[in-house]
Amino acid sequence: MSGNEITKLVIDAVKEIGSDQENDDLMNATEKTKLFGNNLDSMGVVFLVTILEESISDELGVDIALADERAMSQKTSPFRSVQKLSKYIQMLVDEEKDL
Amino acid sequence: MKKKIYKMEQVIVISGTRKGLGKQLAEFFLNEGAVVCGCSRGRASIAHDQYRHFELDVADEKAVMSMTRAIKKEFGKIDVLLNNAGIAAMNHLMTTPYENARTVFNTNFFGTFLFTREVSKLMMRQKSGRIVNYTTVATPLDLSGESVYAASKAAIESFTRISAKELSDFGIRVNAIGPTPVETDLIRNIPKKKLDELLAQQAIGRFGTFEDVLNVIQFFIDDRSEFITGQIIYLGGVMK
Repeated sequence: MSGNEITKLVIDAVKEIGSDQENDDLMNATEKTKLFGNNLDSMGVVFLVTILEESISDELGVDIALADERAMSQKTSPFRSVQKLSKYIQMLVDEEKDL
Repeated sequence: MKKKIYKMEQVIVISGTRKGLGKQLAEFFLNEGAVVCGCSRGRASIAHDQYRHFELDVADEKAVMSMTRAIKKEFGKIDVLLNNAGIAAMNHLMTTPYENARTVFNTNFFGTFLFTREVSKLMMRQKSGRIVNYTTVATPLDLSGESVYAASKAAIESFTRISAKELSDFGIRVNAIGPTPVETDLIRNIPKKKLDELLAQQAIGRFGTFEDVLNVIQFFIDDRSEFITGQIIYLGGVMK
């Protein structure tokens, strides 16, 4: 799958949360939209992880845990923006495909 | 067509359904008309149209994730999770192999953690769910010879209380049952003298039965218990 497909999944998930939280920035999310630390609190990240793991499994047929050690320990969390998160997911999906 | 009918039923996930209490509970809920999804390291010992079996180690993260997603795909929901899988260990701490201690924690605590985490993701989206964890009277009684086993269950008690807080906003209730010894495989290697000493510490000095355990589980998962979460009920009148 392409990076664009993953970015679309991330944006869709962010928009869903934006709609729940009535947050205009999230509802109109683009690749540049900031997430954790700006528009999302830790509970928002929990929702995002849940929605994305499910859509990645459904759409891409890959089961990944987004909250793995690297995501939680990285100084610059991949949950900080749509762009960073998309790249991080691409890496996890590629790793899973290589197994 | 079948799938549609199943969606009207309660979907109950029970870990450790090959034998003992897990198997009895699975058979009970199947007879009640529920869909039961169970697991064990080995093959299924239950044959029923509404039973699904997954061969896995409860401490295998990927396997637990795949199981919960397969259930979601087939049935669309999980109503109840019984974190039943567990192993008992009785040994003086000075003669307990490290590997043995790790195995006990992997199955008892990490298995409970992984199933709770993965199943909660689905329950969170459906805004309801009931989780029952398993502790033991060995924890409040601080039984000699059970340091690792009791510690693994103490971890589950803490986990039960805190996860009840963290998950309450999503309509998920988490409670735990602390059975006394029930005559299953779990205690077959424990000397009779030790068991008699344990029974003497209970307010009601007898072995527990399947019905005793079932009664508390039914209480916890009943819709009428919607105001009950983060609680631990020990059988036999054992008190902390």
